[in-house]
Amino acid sequence: MAIWLTKDSKVIVQGMTGSEGSKHTRRMLAAGTTIVGGVNPRKAGQTVDFDGTELPVFAGVADAMKETGADVTVIFVPPQFTKAAVIEAIDAGIDLAVVITEGVPVHDTAAFWAYNVAKGGKTRIIGPNCPGIASPGASNAGIIPADITGSGRIGLVSKSGTLTYQMMYELRDIGFSTCVGIGGDPIIGTTHIDALAAFEADPDTDAIVMIGEIGGDAEERAAEFIKANVTKPVVGYIAGFTAPPGKTMGHAGAIISGSAGTAEAKKEALEAVGVKVGKTPTETANLMREIMSAG
Amino acid sequence: MDLYEYQGRDLFERHGLPVLAGGVATTPEEARAIAERLGGRVVVKAQVKVGGRGKAGGVKLAEGADETVARATDILGMDIKGHTVHKVMITVTADVAEEYYFSYLLDRANRTFLCIASVAGGMDIEQVAAETPEKVVKAPIDAVEGVDEAKAREIVTAAGFPAEVADQVVEVAVGLWKAFVAEDATLVEVNPLAKTGDGKLLLLDAKISLDENAAFRHPDHEALVDQAAVDPLEQAAKEKDLNYVKLDGEVGIIGNGAGLVMSTLDVVAYAGERHGGVKPANFLDIGGGASAAVMANGLEIVLSDPSVKSVFVNVFGGITACDAVANGIVQALELLEQRGEQVTKPLVVRLDGNNAEAGRAILDGANNPLIERVDTMDGAAERAAELAAAGV
Repeated sequence: MAIWLTKDSKVIVQGMTGSEGSKHTRRMLAAGTTIVGGVNPRKAGQTVDFDGTELPVFAGVADAMKETGADVTVIFVPPQFTKAAVIEAIDAGIDLAVVITEGVPVHDTAAFWAYNVAKGGKTRIIGPNCPGIASPGASNAGIIPADITGSGRIGLVSKSGTLTYQMMYELRDIGFSTCVGIGGDPIIGTTHIDALAAFEADPDTDAIVMIGEIGGDAEERAAEFIKANVTKPVVGYIAGFTAPPGKTMGHAGAIISGSAGTAEAKKEALEAVGVKVGKTPTETANLMREIMSAG
Repeated sequence: MDLYEYQGRDLFERHGLPVLAGGVATTPEEARAIAERLGGRVVVKAQVKVGGRGKAGGVKLAEGADETVARATDILGMDIKGHTVHKVMITVTADVAEEYYFSYLLDRANRTFLCIASVAGGMDIEQVAAETPEKVVKAPIDAVEGVDEAKAREIVTAAGFPAEVADQVVEVAVGLWKAFVAEDATLVEVNPLAKTGDGKLLLLDAKISLDENAAFRHPDHEALVDQAAVDPLEQAAKEKDLNYVKLDGEVGIIGNGAGLVMSTLDVVAYAGERHGGVKPANFLDIGGGASAAVMANGLEIVLSDPSVKSVFVNVFGGITACDAVANGIVQALELLEQRGEQVTKPLVVRLDGNNAEAGRAILDGANNPLIERVDTMDGAAERAAELAAAGV
């Protein structure tokens, strides 16, 4: 087992016929993901060939779910169409929507999040501006490379894509149950806390790596959550100790505003609740390795 | 993107919100023209994106055109907390009876927007909230439902605005929300929202941040960028679609992915503590799936920074293929040499992930003495800091 994405997950791709969507559909198929179709109203009824796998294109998410039993959608549509794509997925009542698209206006994200809450919050949204979710050896929904590591018993949640890959690489000898890239935007669907709760409940996860970065107070709130609810060991890493205040560092949400959102404050909050925080990604991986080898 | 006060005033005016008549000047002569147009008594305010300009002498009253020119001459060029004043805003004066506070902002923690309102305006709202929390109302706003008259009235009542201005505050609250949404703002703060002696409401100051991700539906926002304040290297990088932030150290940094690059800055700074205190010179994220051309553009920008003494290229190939990165490095160095620009700064490169073996082989095969390959991120940071310290 794993969290949210398993070998039984049936995945559709919104934006499958676009350049990013088709590139990553091919990669996800190669990783063993069960992809059952794509969505594009203008190409509904056609099929697309991915190295011998014929995938049907549906007019909408609801159609695709009805025909295929899909329960996960991965969204690659451009930023100006992302809000509509996510709302369509929510309306169809899909279980998991993974929003890869970078550069989504925050008003659009706030709107589809509020819409989802008003509809009862049935759809789990990961992202936007995230690399997706991978349960090594079982399924891969998004752009996380499938060949870095195999299956194991560490859970990983991270705001950053490449730091996710780096950590998977550092701990490839141990392996991961599920790796979740939650994205670096100011408003995101799934948070560190959601992933921590799911890993805590997952019988196949023994320990958790949590990667954060400057901006907002998600890591501080995650620390409070860990104190009250998480019994499994957690190791943390925070990026951006040397980032200057007031400058956006790549991710739209990675900005220190005044004295809020500093890496130091996040590290202190995590350490105060017993989370070991590494100074570098390698040191963080070594902290986790010690925990796993102590058994 | 944070706006200047005058840009905020203009934006409010465009959205039909009550502001003082005024204009912006970059020279004393422009200030004269505005003073003559406005007539009578005016306020001359330094335009800087930092608080405390009143105390620093950046806000002055003036009577008539000659005095306006004199005050503008004093203020233009002034240094306020490290910010040079290039523009002054000139407005007519207001007869202020009471000062309130009103803002809309992004609430990251609750994944929505927040309204903050208070009848105790004119001072730092965080101070008001700390000292007299009962005077500050924080109301979550549903991003779909927004602020209609009923919601606005709820906020106005909760904040305890006086009855004689309540209807006007409701109208401003609804109008300000419309502007907040229409402009894709992440912050609009009015402090003070003033009541004049004759009972009218005026938005007397404006602090506005706009979402750069929404630029595709706001072609007019590009004109709000203060070109004079943009670092030339940041401008050059932006023109090549590179995500670059100039910092004040000596080790040039190139990496892929915002998180990894932030992490690289940190690791280099830690290594720098052992090597004469050298620091990262920049943030540069070449992004996912970077091609050789993108790598070459990035390297060119970083090498053109005179404070850079060594460069650390730190790539973990996820989508990005390390052989493309390696080709980009080799090609960029060849290109610069063909242009007659002698590259003398050492490059420390760490490649892992997708096609890393092929990438490393390309670098080794290039036989370029400037390129040094190191296997680990921490080791490469150490070496880059050491080389920068030696080159300073």
